[in-house]
Amino acid sequence: MNFWRFLLKMDRRIIFVLVGLAVATPLVVPLNLPVRVTEPVRRLYRAINEIPSNSKPVIISVDYDPSTVPELRPMTLAVLRHCFRRKIPVIVITMLPAGAGLARDAMETVASEFPGSSYGKDFVYMGYKPGASLVMVGIGQDFQGTYPADGFGKPSAELDILKGLHNYDDIAMVLDFTGSSIYESWIMFAYQKYGCKVGAGVTAVMASDAYPYLNTGQLVGLLGGLSGAAEYEQLINWPGNATIGMDAQSVVHILIIVLILLGNIAYFVTRKKHGAAQVAGQGQKGSS
Amino acid sequence: MSFAGARLLHISLCVLAGSLVLCGQALCQSAPPDTPPSPATDLVVKDTPDDDGGSVTLSWSLSADDKGGAKDVLSYEIRRSKSPDGPFTTIKKVLKGTSSTTDEKKVENNVDYYYQVVTKDASSETPSAVAGPVRAHVQWFNLGRLNTLLITILYTALLLYFISRAKKGEKLFVRRIAGLDALDEAVGCAPEMGKPALYVPGISTISDVATIASVNILSGVARTVADYDTRLIVPNFDPIVMTVAQEVVREGYMAAGKPEAYREEDVFYVTSSQFPFVAAVDGIMVRERPATNLFIGMFFAESLILAETGASTGAIQIAGTDAIAQLPFFIAACDYTLIGEELYAASAYLSRAPLLLGSLKGQDWMKMFLIGCIFIGLVTLNVGFAGFKSLFDLPLTIFR
Amino acid sequence: MRRQVPLVICFVAGVLMLAQSFVPPLNWFYTNALAWARIISCIAVFIGLISLVRLHATKVRRRAADWKFSIITLLALLYMMLAGLLTRYGVFVKLHGQCVPGSMGDKIVTGFQNAFNFQDIFLNIQIPVQATMFSLLAFYIASAAFRAFRARTFEATLLLVAATIVMLGRVPVGHYIWGVPQATAWILDVPNTAAKRGIMIGIGLGMTSTALKIMLGIERTYLGIKD
Repeated sequence: MNFWRFLLKMDRRIIFVLVGLAVATPLVVPLNLPVRVTEPVRRLYRAINEIPSNSKPVIISVDYDPSTVPELRPMTLAVLRHCFRRKIPVIVITMLPAGAGLARDAMETVASEFPGSSYGKDFVYMGYKPGASLVMVGIGQDFQGTYPADGFGKPSAELDILKGLHNYDDIAMVLDFTGSSIYESWIMFAYQKYGCKVGAGVTAVMASDAYPYLNTGQLVGLLGGLSGAAEYEQLINWPGNATIGMDAQSVVHILIIVLILLGNIAYFVTRKKHGAAQVAGQGQKGSS
Repeated sequence: MSFAGARLLHISLCVLAGSLVLCGQALCQSAPPDTPPSPATDLVVKDTPDDDGGSVTLSWSLSADDKGGAKDVLSYEIRRSKSPDGPFTTIKKVLKGTSSTTDEKKVENNVDYYYQVVTKDASSETPSAVAGPVRAHVQWFNLGRLNTLLITILYTALLLYFISRAKKGEKLFVRRIAGLDALDEAVGCAPEMGKPALYVPGISTISDVATIASVNILSGVARTVADYDTRLIVPNFDPIVMTVAQEVVREGYMAAGKPEAYREEDVFYVTSSQFPFVAAVDGIMVRERPATNLFIGMFFAESLILAETGASTGAIQIAGTDAIAQLPFFIAACDYTLIGEELYAASAYLSRAPLLLGSLKGQDWMKMFLIGCIFIGLVTLNVGFAGFKSLFDLPLTIFR
Repeated sequence: MRRQVPLVICFVAGVLMLAQSFVPPLNWFYTNALAWARIISCIAVFIGLISLVRLHATKVRRRAADWKFSIITLLALLYMMLAGLLTRYGVFVKLHGQCVPGSMGDKIVTGFQNAFNFQDIFLNIQIPVQATMFSLLAFYIASAAFRAFRARTFEATLLLVAATIVMLGRVPVGHYIWGVPQATAWILDVPNTAAKRGIMIGIGLGMTSTALKIMLGIERTYLGIKD
């Protein structure tokens, strides 16, 4: 079997090994490729930058489960760091039961990096509430009625950050990080029904779905996958796991492109030979 | 004047000047806390539109000291009274930078209310002029959705018209949908190979229209499978979908006249967690090696993992979803894919029931209408004529 | 009767749900429907649980193929339930308090406490396992792309070129190639968005039509009812 035929019938496990190597090598030997910021990411950054410090809080909805942690946690941390640095109060919530531990973990990680910040005043964790759309409508009607206590059971009335907070009027923006279509519900309820700005961070797989909402202004900005997170890290000048992961992503993308190109060359070469052989075969038949 | 006298005078003047400067500084430092912030102005109160009453909307111009003013405004307090002369009670507090809010705190309908917005800083406050009276009312129709209602009526009328035409026996043409044509053939492979067929109805709830469409297709598949005496495995992500799927598959076997062949344990619940579900279904595909895999319903990031595992087992695969982001994956890894609305058309296509076919026709006409609107809008706006666009505001303008 | 009652309930609920969108005083119906959906979905978990236990218990009883995996499933289910309940109600903390610190009893309780700590299991088993499942996508995308992206026709070639540009444009290395970032942004913003909107409009119409058919009882297969 010649090379091109082998390539066409290549065992997919060989591709898996190549992808594994392409991911692992840049993590061991970093290429440090510079990250350039795209417009959807810059728009989210600008929108958060325009929120006055020590004023209205933002809601950060951590709506992902353990499976998408590697992709979505870096962007959650980057946006949280931006908010903490700008002294924008942060309310962390989650609509998924499996997101509760992850939301708390992200909040505590960033809070520990800002020793001046205090729980209940600068940030708060409201925990998980079932019935996502009901919760979103509930926030619009009465925040403290929807969340009578924080995620640790402390009454909301005792938390400084929630004093004077009634509904979306008192929220600067909702930021949703998700691997599902839950951001569409935030658009539907928080933005369409109550006029609150909504920004989103989604997995790369879901990013192309969110573009129509970005163009219509229903989303103020969009972070798509690890590259979105890396760009945000670049903007806040705080390189993290996303920036490190981008080298690996670059190499894997190039590997896939090379594989596709080789696959196509193999397809055309073998087709040409096959066609020539067929013509020759027909000729032979004709002559016999 | 002697030198000593001149020196004394100089020292005295210095002391006096220094005292004046210090006094001036002290005055400057102590003056602001005593000066209250500028008030919020232009307070407008009105009944919140398009609601079921019990709500008043307030809007005002920010205090001159909010954002970059000389004073640091901290918040605005909303006060309410039933009389313009008070007493005013505090209803809520909103943060600086806020210029509108709604009062929904025990607002009685058809009662006069007066409002005041009080600008507050750390030590003092300034009330705005009193605004009112205002009454909250119940609105029996949400005028903001008038356009939606008109288009809903138009669409419903179109659907009903074509359904009635179909009822009268008119033949309606439906284009070929390859994925659905292949369904019988794909399911028919299973008995030939002595293997089961696998049907995954997506990973969403029954309230998702894609899941309902999937259940409709499952009904037909169950019937075919029963005809061929094949096993049908249906792993479920949602318990409610599972109960519906059990019912539908049982009915399918009954319709085929083989109720005894139905095995309830083949239509089962796995987990409501995305990737554990994928692991379980992948396991089934690798162990049971179904001849046919059908992935029909709502799918997310797991679509490619399912479809690729299925492809590696050599099964014939048909997918169908309205999750746009997952379509490319299914197209790449499956033999046939139902794209978006083809999924909803499936039950009409498969059953050829005139009523269902009629609705497809109505759907197409509505689509033509929308394409027409988009095209005319595009052309007229590009030639600088906004008349067509403003047509859509007309009903709102008239009825407001 | 068995057929009519569900259809009537469906029609009334559908009409009310549609009406509440236009008639504000009917908003209570929407809020209540959402609350009921929440209650039903919580109860449905038990139905799922029964199905799961029954399926695997039957497999074990009948010694069906791979029945040993079913035992693992049932044990894992029990383990996580215990861990959740014990952590939630602080049973170990209470037990711990009754033991003499440093005694054998104390060691046993602490050992159990560690083994049944829900958050630990979640962070150290569930997160890595699920993240690994998700990361399989990278491998599968590579193999699927290699197999499927062939320039067989003009459309397929177009798709191939667009995919290559977007793949390059989404990673830092693409920014070194002239025109790629701009072309990526254009592809995502213009043709991608236009096509998505087209499909979305079609899906929206299909959904509305299906909803109407369900309300009117024309579409009733989901109830297990055939014409």
